[in-house]
Amino acid sequence: MKTLIKNGRVIDPYNNIDKVLDILVEDGKISKVEENISDNADKTIDAKGCWVTPGFIDLHVHLRDPGYEHKETIATGTRAGAMGGFTTICAMPNTNPVTDNEILVEYVKMKAERDGVINVLPIGAITKGQHGEELADIGKMAQVGACAISEDGKSVPGPSLMKNALRYAKMFDLPVFDHCEEISLAKGSMNAGDRASLLGLKGISNDSEELIVARDMILAGSVKAQIHLCHISTTESIIQIRQARERGVNVTAEATPHHFTLCDEDITEYDANFKMNPPLRSKKDVEAVRQALKDGTIDVIATDHAPHHIDDKNCEFEKAANGIIGLETALPLGIKILVEGGYLTPSELIAKMTCNPAKILHSDKGTLSVGAAADITITDPECENIFDVSKMASKAKNTPFGGYKAKGKVLYTIVGGEIVVEDGKLVK
Amino acid sequence: MYNRKDLLGLRDLTEEEIMTILNTAKDMKAKIDDPSLRSYELRKSSIVTLFYENSTRTKMSFMLAGDYLGAMVKDLGVATSSVNKGESLIDTGMTLDQMGINVMIIRHQLTGAAHILAKNVKASVVNAGDGSNEHPTQALLDLFTILEYKKHFDGLNVTILGDISHSRVARSNAFGLTKLGANVTLAGPSTLISGSMRSLGVNVTSDIKGAIKNADVIMGLRIQFERQKNMPFPNLREYSSLFGVNNELLKKYAKEDVLIMHPGPVNRGVELASEVIDGKNSVINVQVKNGVAVRMAILKLLTERSAN
Ligand SMILES: [Zn+2]
Repeated sequence: MKTLIKNGRVIDPYNNIDKVLDILVEDGKISKVEENISDNADKTIDAKGCWVTPGFIDLHVHLRDPGYEHKETIATGTRAGAMGGFTTICAMPNTNPVTDNEILVEYVKMKAERDGVINVLPIGAITKGQHGEELADIGKMAQVGACAISEDGKSVPGPSLMKNALRYAKMFDLPVFDHCEEISLAKGSMNAGDRASLLGLKGISNDSEELIVARDMILAGSVKAQIHLCHISTTESIIQIRQARERGVNVTAEATPHHFTLCDEDITEYDANFKMNPPLRSKKDVEAVRQALKDGTIDVIATDHAPHHIDDKNCEFEKAANGIIGLETALPLGIKILVEGGYLTPSELIAKMTCNPAKILHSDKGTLSVGAAADITITDPECENIFDVSKMASKAKNTPFGGYKAKGKVLYTIVGGEIVVEDGKLVK
Repeated sequence: MYNRKDLLGLRDLTEEEIMTILNTAKDMKAKIDDPSLRSYELRKSSIVTLFYENSTRTKMSFMLAGDYLGAMVKDLGVATSSVNKGESLIDTGMTLDQMGINVMIIRHQLTGAAHILAKNVKASVVNAGDGSNEHPTQALLDLFTILEYKKHFDGLNVTILGDISHSRVARSNAFGLTKLGANVTLAGPSTLISGSMRSLGVNVTSDIKGAIKNADVIMGLRIQFERQKNMPFPNLREYSSLFGVNNELLKKYAKEDVLIMHPGPVNRGVELASEVIDGKNSVINVQVKNGVAVRMAILKLLTERSAN
């Protein structure tokens, strides 16, 4: 089986390529990246005017399987990923039961193999049951293919346990994905500030995030372990990351599309589709996140795709679940806010969704190198994309972006040479 | 004119809507004292109270307001109902809708609860307090009382003292008073007050003497010990000595005709000294009667609207 992609703007930041080229895919691998490839192919895709990039990698996805299949399943979640141009997604372990041993890691892999349409890399929990008391079976999980460990949804409460986790994970070259939140400072449901005062909602202050960012970078530094900070949202966190890097801490960081797009002032009513953790921050913080993406302090764009059932959201704001779906809105928001806004070049944007996350995972994905698996995304970057929630592939509909005017649309998602999305529609 | 389906808060009301309620309450007040004036115009209306958080005093005030207007008033004993079995607020609301309830009066520990109920039911919803957000009927009765004594709001200095951060009373009053042209000062210990309250157009201070000086109205707020595991001040003794209002403080700093108010129930000797509560400037008991009048006015306006 040969597929030829003609005349696209090939953006492959890992190989420093950004020019019009053809790509030949043969037997699931990239076999040529050249000008004017004239080989005969079983299928030819005309990518004129489009970006041809490595398939996107999302380090932060909640697939909800096992345990919360009414919110999302591996079948629907991976299809949402494909529609968003993602070919590899990392599945967070806050499932039910919590993915804290090798059997559950195997389960997620098996389910992804059977029901999924893109690559799924399971993330293991840091502590058993995510109870913050004793280490989960980290080594066993690493052996069967966990790509990282994370307590996402909360922080490991005790610094000594966190330090042990970092030290232990290092043995297996596992990055620690760190959700930073000092819970005693986070007893609210939106960002602390004028808007919270106006709406009468208790606020979550920036220091609840910054305290753990600082703590865990100090711990990672002291045991020389790799730490990746999830969904960074505040100005001071970013300053802390810059300083830690200067003193040699092996730290990377991600930001979500909602944190670089929306701010707390966008919350006008008690609409729980605007409720997430960390919360939408101030305008100033949003600008700081964009600047940090620009200057490289934030390496990765990750969605924190967090599907919920309508009943988890259509209720009292303070009672509603945290999180929004994000796989199908990520790239168009990146183009609209970061590329059109002048913060990133197309190549820089793509790097934050391909080779940068791959590097954190120590993975050879995220490139269009000859011989690499043919995970490829083709995007029309020019078309206006008004998000239609009813048409999304995710089982969940919890997003504040319904009707939002973004830019660009994924036309093809190719996973290991197989077309999953064609002309903007799922074919698998 | 009051044309809304619900009364959820003062944040969204116009000055005109607030004045409509206050003017209607004036007519209602007479009916409390003189049963012969009662015309039972709400006799075809059914009202239910849904108190997810206890407040005997507010509930009683609403129920009597309904009674004096001839309405059928029922209390959904939330503590003993299916709500305890995990029924959602929206489901409870839709069930009551089907039973022909015209007005639902809700008190809830979560911000926005009244709003989500209102969005999902045909009945009118009255917010009797939601989380740390609003308590509009309390503020309206406070406004009504201030108007009775001071005759106007323009340029009036109103100081609200105490546990501001947890107080929906302070917030609703701040929204209402600033709309009507009064100057509002929120005062309390720095741990009970947030600087971002300034964005509501009020002054925020921890200087109690300064807050009392020039005040035309001083409103004490109940200190809520029960809500705070992590106490924001060392103890009650320290609180009352630093932030409590007593006669000595009033004599020294306050205006002769300052109005002393409190939404009740009062912690005597904590936020206000007993001598102040029972003193000549206190209108705390008047507030209670005005509460019934204002709630009658609201029930009347909401049901008239739905009848039209
Ligand atoms: Zn998280």
